[in-house]
Order: sequence, then C-alpha cells, then structure tokens
Amino acid sequence: MSATTPAVHLRGLRRVFGTRAVLDGIDLDIARGEFLALLGASGTGKTTLLRILGALDRADQGTVLVPPSRTVVFQEPRLIPSKRVLGNVTVGLPRGAATRDTGRRALAEVGLADHADAWPGTLSGGEAQRAALARALVREPELLLLDEPFAALDALTRLRMQDLVGELCRKHRPAVLLVTHDVDEAIRLADRVAVLRDGALVRDETVTVERPRDAADPEFAALRRRLLADLGVHQDTAPQHVN
Amino acid sequence: MTTATEAARAAGLVAPRARATAARPRGLSLALRTLGPVALLAAWQISSATGALTPDVLASPGQVLQAVQELWGNGQLADALSTSLTRAALGLLFGAGAGLVLGVVTGFFRLGEELLDSAVQVLRTVPFLALVPLFMVWFGITETAKIALIGVATSFPMYVSASGGVRNTDRKLVEAMRSFGLSRWAVVREVVLPGALPALLSGLRLSMTLSVIALIAAEEINSTEGIGYLMAQAQNFSRTDVLAVCILIYGLLGLAADGAVRVLERVLMPWRPTGARQGAGR
Ligand SMILES: Nc1ncnc2c1ncn2[C@@H]1O[C@H](COP(=O)(O)OP(=O)(O)OP(=O)(O)O)[C@@H](O)[C@H]1O
Ligand SMILES: [Mg+2]
Repeated sequence: MSATTPAVHLRGLRRVFGTRAVLDGIDLDIARGEFLALLGASGTGKTTLLRILGALDRADQGTVLVPPSRTVVFQEPRLIPSKRVLGNVTVGLPRGAATRDTGRRALAEVGLADHADAWPGTLSGGEAQRAALARALVREPELLLLDEPFAALDALTRLRMQDLVGELCRKHRPAVLLVTHDVDEAIRLADRVAVLRDGALVRDETVTVERPRDAADPEFAALRRRLLADLGVHQDTAPQHVN
Repeated sequence: MTTATEAARAAGLVAPRARATAARPRGLSLALRTLGPVALLAAWQISSATGALTPDVLASPGQVLQAVQELWGNGQLADALSTSLTRAALGLLFGAGAGLVLGVVTGFFRLGEELLDSAVQVLRTVPFLALVPLFMVWFGITETAKIALIGVATSFPMYVSASGGVRNTDRKLVEAMRSFGLSRWAVVREVVLPGALPALLSGLRLSMTLSVIALIAAEEINSTEGIGYLMAQAQNFSRTDVLAVCILIYGLLGLAADGAVRVLERVLMPWRPTGARQGAGR
C-alpha cells in the first residue's frame, strides 16, 4: 500500500459530537484510482467521515490529507431547482461553449443526453441522481465521495446505477470512497471494503473476488458473511442489505 | 510526523479546510453591534463641542439629556410615550393580524388567491398617506382614525410576506401530511405556518417599521397628545433639544422592535441550527 501514491491519508482522526466520539482514531489510506467501500450500521459516523474528507465538516484531532480536487454525490440529488439539468452539471465551471460541451458529454455518459434542458423538478429519482453523478464527474476529481448515492432508488435502478458507477470509475480512475449500507453493492463495486463500528475501522480488506463479480461465487458469499458478522448480523441466509 | 504522512504531503495532498463553524463569543458580537451607534454619538458630541453644530441647528447630547430629564420630570414624556405606543401597538395588532390571515388564505387556498389577491394588490399600491384626509372625513380627529391608518399601513407588508412564505411551503410535506389524514387546518397549523415563520417574521419587521412611520404621519397632522404632538410643539418653540429627544425615541423604538423580532426568532424557531440562523453566507 505504501508503495503507491495515496489519494487519502488519515491518521488518528477524531470527531466528537457532544461527549460522544463518533470517529475515534481512524487510520486510513486510499490509493490513487482505488475504490473503497465503507460499510457501517446507521449512526456510526460514515457520513461524518465523508464530510470531513469533503471539507464540509472539521476534524477535532488527527491528520487529514486529501487531493485538492474532490466532488461529492449526496444521498439526495441536491440539484438547484432554478437551473436546468445542464446548468446544474456545469454549475460553478467557467461559462462557454467548451464547458457546455463537456457538460453534455457527461450527461450522455450517464444516459441523460435528452434531459439536458429539463428542469430538475421533472426528473425521476434515478435520473436526478444520475445528473448529480454527472455533476460530480464533469469536474474530473481526483477523489470522488459517494454518500449512499443509490439508497433512495428502486432495486432495478440501483443495479443499473451500480454498473454505471463501476464503469465510469474504471474509465475516469478517481479514488472513490463509497459509503453504503448494502453489503452486496460494496463487494460488487469495490477494490477494498472497510467496516466502521464504534468509531474505529474494525475491518479493512482487499476484495479478491474475481470480476465480473457474481453473488453465487463462494468467495463472494464468504466475504459477505464476514462483513455481515462485522455489522452484527449472524445468519446463514444473509439478507440483501442491512439498515 | 510519520514518513507516510510526509510522502502523502509530497504527493500533493492537502488538509481539507472546513469553514469554521464555531460561534463568535457573545461579548465580541455585542461589542461589534454597539460600535456603530457609539461612533455616531461620539461624532455628534465632538461636532457640538467644537462648535461645528450650533444649538439652533441641533442641541448637543448633554442638552438632549437635560431635556429628557425635564420632560420625564413633568410627566410629559411618559404620557406621550404611552399614548403613542398604545396607538402603534393597536394598529400593528389589527394591521399585521389582518395581513397575516389574508396572506395565509391567499397563499394556501387557490380560491382565496383568485378572490382576494388582485383586490389586495390594487389597494396595496395606494400610498397610505393619501388615506389621511379620507380617514379624517370618516372618523374625525379620533383615536380610531390614527389606529386605522397604522393598521392599513402595516397590513400590506405582512400580507405580501405571509402569502409568499406560505406559497413556498414544501408541497411534498403537505402531501405527506394529507396522506396521514390531517385536515386542511391541521396542515396549516403543523406544517405551513412553521415553514412560513421566517417570512412571517421578516414581514413583522417591515410592519413594525411602517407602524412607526404611520404613527408619525398620524400624530403630526392632528393630535393633542403623543410623541408627534410633542414634536409639533417643540417645532413651534424651536426646541431642537426636544426634537432630538423625539427623534431618538423613534430610533430606539425601531431598535427595540428589531430586538423583539430577534428574540421571537429564537423562541419560535428552536429547530433552526444556530449556523443557519446566523445566515448562510457567514
Ligand atoms: N452536527 C451534528 N451534531 C450532533 N451530532 C451529530 C451531528 N452530525 C452527526 N451527528 C451524530 O453523529 C453520529 C454519526 O452520524 P452520521 O451521519 O455520520 O452517521 P451515518 O453513519 O452516516 O449514519 P446513516 O447510515 O444513518 O447515514 C450520529 O449519532 C449523529 O447523531
Ligand atoms: Mg449517513
């Protein structure tokens, strides 16, 4: 790990709300172009960690180093209702024909080429989330932060979006931190999975399941069982995802 | 500092800089707020002391203080203040109350908007000062005329803010509450009004300002008591110290109104995080 250049470098990260240390001494490195999935039960501080990496929240203690260019896809699309979809994708970028072209290309990549001039309020949940993904990718970030981007989507759309994100990340090669509740999603997409519990990373392991990853693969099933056990679920027939 | 950290720094990684969210110490904030008024007062005192400002133009702060003592001693100030405050408060109560009810009705119910909005918008464009002669014909030189004038002046800003605030309610939230069987009135009470509170309070701010302006207009023209009457008398005798006292009182009334709304914001909207209350840009 130390041989490759890092995109995220965390040492002894602490974040305290009131008297509770939500993050209590996190050590984590993410290499350039690496896809890390972060699992954890509700309220364990996954969003807090992601917000600190995105400079939306501050660390109370510890070393935090990230690349200068980062983008976030939130759990909800967070599109500006008063701007058309293309305007939302290119928001904050220098105006001009070149930017509009890049924006249209990004929309085409997520399959929204026909919706460039639509108002965000008219998009379906999955479309809005894809627009948010295009907005994050068009900036060509070195670090892409995804906070449960598919949680509000139906199962079918979620599978499509997972494929899309996997494909786009392989193409653009940003370092990715994907926060999720969905163990299968984590194993399907990630190069590495980590589990957050009680303020610390209780597991951090490289996914060795061969791609394309299939839930029927015994290695896949074994990893899923281990992760579910970390999350406090002990079952022989594991459910699809935990909340 | 470990070598891995150094390597990461060398590779061009930076520490993310979150916006400092820690609140300013209360004392500092208060000191900054009082800075402006204190500077004005100092400028006034200095120009009076150096003779740049002669008493026939404007009395010095010391003379004004004496005038306050004099007016307070013979009870004139207390009487005038209570009369004027009662007028402003009653006018504001009726005016802002009517504006609030009409605004909520037009903002929330389509029929209400269709029936009322254009009529109110037409009336709104009439300058309330133009109503002074009409009100005198209707009500004579009475308290009713003054309170009605203040009421009319304060109702429109409240109306505009309330209907705008209500119209901006989150439709999805209203839809959700309907699905839980809440009646229209319950939706208004539980969702619409709390959601419109920021708009309502800014409407109240504007209404309060206008209530003082309308008070001056009503009292300047015809009255036998109140701060406006005190001013008219002072004008006749060229008492710039009393005039200054009255102007200062109007200023203090505005300040008190602003403070009252700030307190209301804190009391009525406990769910707003302190950061948001201080403004998104800061
Ligand atoms: N601004 C805040 N003030 C106080 N407590 C907070 C704040 N933000 C988060 N917390 C607390 O920190 C804990 C972790 O929150 P966080 O949002 O990071 O959880 P999470 O792991 O993302 O959960 P979920 O999976 O449900 O999204 C929670 O218990 C939450 O109550
Ligand atoms: Mg979260």
